[in-house]
Formats: sequence, structure tokens, C-alpha cells
Amino acid sequence: MASVGIRDVQKAFGSTRVIHGVSVDIQDGEFVILVGPSGCGKSTLLRMIAGLENISGGEIRIGDRVVNDVPPKERDIAMVFQNYALYPHMTVRENMAFSLKLRKAPKSEIETRVAKAAQILGLGALLDRYPRQLSGGQRQRVAMGRAIVRDPQVFLFDEPLSNLDAKLRVAMRTEIKELHQRLRTTTVYVTHDQIEAMTMADRIVVMHDGVVEQIGAPLELYDKPQNLFVAGFIGSPAMNFFNGRIRTNGQATFVGDSGIEIPLGHSAPPASDGRPVTLGVRPEHFRVAEDGVPVEVVVVEPTGSETLLALKAGGQELTCVFRERVLPKPGETIRIRPDTASAHFFDRESGQRI
Amino acid sequence: MARMSRSLPADDAEGMSYLDRLPRRVALVYLPLAVFVFVLLFPFYWMAITAVKPNAQLTDYENYSPFWVVQPTLEHIRYLWTTTYPAWLWNTIIISVGSTFLSIVASVMAAYAIERVRFKGSRTTGLAIFLAYLVPPSILFIPLAAMVFRLGIYDTKLALVLSYPTFLIPFCTWLLMGYFRSIPYELEECALVDGASRLQILFKVLLPLSVPGLISAGIFAFTLSWNEFIYALTFIQSSENKTISVGVLTELVRSDVYEWGALMAGALIGSLPVVILYSFFVEHYVSSMTGAVKE
Ligand SMILES: Nc1ncnc2c1ncn2[C@@H]1O[C@H](COP(=O)(O)OP(=O)(O)OP(=O)(O)O)[C@@H](O)[C@H]1O
Ligand SMILES: [Mg+2]
Repeated sequence: MASVGIRDVQKAFGSTRVIHGVSVDIQDGEFVILVGPSGCGKSTLLRMIAGLENISGGEIRIGDRVVNDVPPKERDIAMVFQNYALYPHMTVRENMAFSLKLRKAPKSEIETRVAKAAQILGLGALLDRYPRQLSGGQRQRVAMGRAIVRDPQVFLFDEPLSNLDAKLRVAMRTEIKELHQRLRTTTVYVTHDQIEAMTMADRIVVMHDGVVEQIGAPLELYDKPQNLFVAGFIGSPAMNFFNGRIRTNGQATFVGDSGIEIPLGHSAPPASDGRPVTLGVRPEHFRVAEDGVPVEVVVVEPTGSETLLALKAGGQELTCVFRERVLPKPGETIRIRPDTASAHFFDRESGQRI
Repeated sequence: MARMSRSLPADDAEGMSYLDRLPRRVALVYLPLAVFVFVLLFPFYWMAITAVKPNAQLTDYENYSPFWVVQPTLEHIRYLWTTTYPAWLWNTIIISVGSTFLSIVASVMAAYAIERVRFKGSRTTGLAIFLAYLVPPSILFIPLAAMVFRLGIYDTKLALVLSYPTFLIPFCTWLLMGYFRSIPYELEECALVDGASRLQILFKVLLPLSVPGLISAGIFAFTLSWNEFIYALTFIQSSENKTISVGVLTELVRSDVYEWGALMAGALIGSLPVVILYSFFVEHYVSSMTGAVKE
């Protein structure tokens, strides 16, 4: 096991720069997830850690060693690819033993390690099958088995669950997390699914267009997003945003561009009068109130445990989630009030949190 | 592979249900096929009956049907064995195997380097190799002859073993490049992370997955070497070093005397090894030619 240090790493393919100076420090034994929209450079960063892409600038360390010029085979890492990349001409057993054989490990050791990994992942009965004879979930497990037999310094995962159906994905999520709690191997995991990131990670690195937007524990990102991008990306359904200004003469109030007024009370941000801001409110931070803002109901989606409402307020659409059974009819008007204590304020120009 | 190619007709059958009714099937499938097979096989039939026809029947169409043979004889075949024919057969085998082996080894290396190592100018190299294939042997044999003389290998089997790869390597390289391209790049990256060197990747991952491609390249190279004529005619002089394709023609035709029976017997026996080779590997050959993709 080892820490991974990424310092001001840059990457350019020819003249297109895709990563513009990324720095992340990953502790020994930590489970870090790189998350971000498609094309933001997550896979590229992961592949640079693996040594499959060369590094255009900056420095990557594994343990105390700078690995910029170290070939993949000497980095002591294991990687699980999105489509698993199982060797089609080898049985499950041979797939798992391949890396050990290349390292010329003694036969008895290979056998015990493969048997142990198979037992951990429940692959015992499948050892003599070929990859084409396995289901998607089983292949995924074999790919993981291939990684854990090596007992490497670092595990790298590139969207390992994206080829599975929704149910299996949830099950494997738990399984991977359990596996990490058991093995405590430093793990870097790439996904574009923020729920996967929230549920599995010790820390999340949110990336966007080749830069890191924020690094933090899942709930830290949820409760204190540093900028508009993170606020909008983390959380499902997404946060509602209202553009407007702060009025501070008299009682502090948020005045939306669409005309809505929300009194802020003590939760007003330290902002001067008339400052243009974006107010962010999570869907679950609304409550029905007699003195609230009138909004029109567009769609009602009860899931049983909660109710999701799509609403319209002065030409702006918003989403609310209520734990209690609020069941208005589409077209009705209800009055709601945001819980200003848990609202977020962002500078409209820079997008940074105030 | 085999499993896949066999499952294909089942899939196709759905879209071809209009062929279900017998009269249509006869008109659209069996009749054209029969014509095709007849055109293809008739020369072989002619060759086979000529090889066993007594000399008296060969040209006498008045008393004997040209399409049939009465009292077949093995005399022509026996005659062949009194000439240097066995030596030609042996030469052809050695030369074909040798040049095929050389070509496959070189092509595997070249195709892998061009397709996967991606060095600077790999595309251009690939193209240049292909262009070499377009130069016809009838132009190439003159400069090649000069080289063969310089190397002092004129009139030896080595001359052919070394000159056949000039046209075998380009085609085999292109065939294998296409094959390697169909193998997911991630398999190789995975092997790299697993700790394999380039050579280990080639031998333990890529080649085992390319067996059908290797077989079709091998059959192709073998067949071309077996039938090659121009180089074999120009680079070999002595009768005992000749290959079948040249030997049969130059030694069994004396000025205007055609030993038809022996000629046909020689050609027939000479084509047998290729037929046997094909029948062994036909399934692989077809599946790689139709580009069956593996998972
Ligand atoms: N070999 C390459 N040559 C040129 N550009 C590339 C190459 N590989 C990736 N890119 C570009 O780099 C950017 C980042 O790609 P990357 O694969 O890292 O995205 P990603 O975050 O993993 O996205 P996804 O979630 O879709 O997998 C993309 O804009 C992509 O077009
Ligand atoms: Mg990716």
C-alpha cells in the first residue's frame, strides 16, 4: 500500500491540452473517487497514474517514488478497465494467475493467491470457465479478482460498473466498498455517476474541463460546495439555482430576477447591498408554508418514501422533494418557502461560494 | 470461433425466409451454385481423367468419348516416378514451407510494430509495404535476378525461399494488421499493467487471439509459393532443383511433344497438398476472411 501524490499534473495530446494542472494528495489506504462530466479528463488522469499515458507536466508519486518515467509494469499497480479487458483465450484461473506468472511467482503461491481471491469474490465454481461463458457481473468480478491477487500498492478503477444493469451496479457498489474495507488498499476510482461517488468514496475529487473544482469528503461536498459547478453536479435531483440580488437595507432579503422575494433573516451572507448573487437551494430544503412564494405545480412524482415535485415560479423551473405526503394536482398553485439556513450563496460573476 | 461461425446461418435464416419454399430455393440457390461448382470443378475432372487415360484414348475422339475413360491406367503416374518429379515435389514442399515461415515471422513483427507500437512514420511504413505489393513480379524479377547472382545463390532453393517473401510479406502484413486492429487495445494495456513486456504481449496475448488470422496468412503464403512460376523459372536452371509448376512444364513438354497424361498426373498430384491444407483449416480460413470478431 502506498500514498499517491499528484502535483500540478498537465496533459496535452498534441496541441490540445486536456488537463491543466491537477494536484491531489491521496493518503495511504484511502478510497478516492474522481468524478466529473464526460470528457473532463478523469480517465486520462487515471491512465497517467497507471503509466499508460505519458505526463506532459508536473509530477506523480507512488509512495516516495516519482513515477513519471517508470513503465507501468514497475509501478506495482492493478487496474480494472471499463470493459474488463479479460483475456478471452484464458480461463478465469489463468486470467487471475497471468500477472503472477509473468513475475515468476512459485506455483504453490500462485495457487493459494488465486484460491483466496476466488473465495473472497465467490468465483470458486467459475475458475475453469472462459470469459465468454460468464455473465457481465461475473466478468466484472473476475476483473477485480485479477487485480486483488497481485496485492498491489494501488488499485485503479475506470468506470468498472458502467456496463452493468442498475440493480447489479448497486450490489457491486457495496461489494467494492466492503472489499476496500477489508483489504485497505489505496484506491483511485473513476466514475461519472455522482451517486456512486457519494456512496463509496472516502474523498471525492470533482473535475471539470481538466481542472479540479473541489476535493473533499462526500458530505462536505454536499453541504459546502465551493462553487456553482460542484453545487450543481453533486446531489440528485440537482440543486435549484435562482439568480438575483441581496437587499440589505431593512431586513436582509434575496430579490430574484424573476421578482420573487425571500427574506433571509440571520442566514444572510456577508454581502453588500445590491450584490448580484446566485442562490442555491437543494430540492429537499423547501417546506410548504402559508406565507411562502406561490408556485405552479407541473408534475407530481410520488415514490412512496418521498414526493418529487416539478414546479414553476415566475418562468423558472424548480424541483422539490418532500418527505411528507404533499400531493397537489398538476396546475394547482402551492406556496413554498426555502429553508434559508441551509441555502447556498454564490458570487454571480466568479461562481465561487460566498 | 467455430461456435460463432456455425451459429451465423441460424441468424441469417430469419431474413431469408423467402427462400423457404422449395421451387424458389432451387431457382435462386441450388441452380446457380450447381453452375458455379460445375465451372469450377470441370478442369479438375478433365485433369483427373486425362491422368489415367491410356495414350491411345487421349486424342482419339471418334472411338472414345472424351469425357470418359475406359481401362484406366496408372502408367503416367509410374512414368512420373522415372523422371525427376519426386525431387520437384520435395523442392516445392521445402521452398513453400521455408518462405511461408519466413514471411509469417516477418509479417507478424511488422504488423505488430506498425499497428501497435505507433512509432513515428508507422502509417507511411505500412503504406510503403503495401505499395511494394503492387509492383508486379514480372518487373521485379530482373533486379532480383541481379541480386540472386551477386549473393551466389542462383540455381539453389535458397534463391526462391528468399525471393518469395518479397510478395508474401506485404500481403500477410496487411492481413495481420487488420487482424491485430480488431483486438481491443485495452487487452494490451491490461497486460502492460500486469507486467508483460512487448514481446510477452505479442506471444501470450496477441498471437493466441490471432490464430485464425495466422492460419489464413499461412495458407495464402503457402499457396502462392506453391504455384509461383516466374521466379522459379528464372532463378533455377538444373532439373533437380526445379519446382513442380516449372518442372512439369519444362521437362514434360519436349519441343512439340506434349506428354498429356504425365503432365496432368503431375499437376494433379502437385495440387493435392494444397487441397489437403485447405480442407484442414477451411473453417478458420473462412471465419477470418469474413472478419468474425471475438469478444
Ligand atoms: N488519445 C487522445 N488523443 C486526443 N485527445 C484525447 C485522447 N484521449 C482523450 N482525449 C481527450 O481528452 C479529454 C479527456 O478525455 P478522458 O477520456 O480523460 O475523459 P473522461 O473524463 O474519462 O470522460 P468519460 O466520462 O466520457 O470517460 C477528452 O476531451 C478527449 O477528447
Ligand atoms: Mg473515461
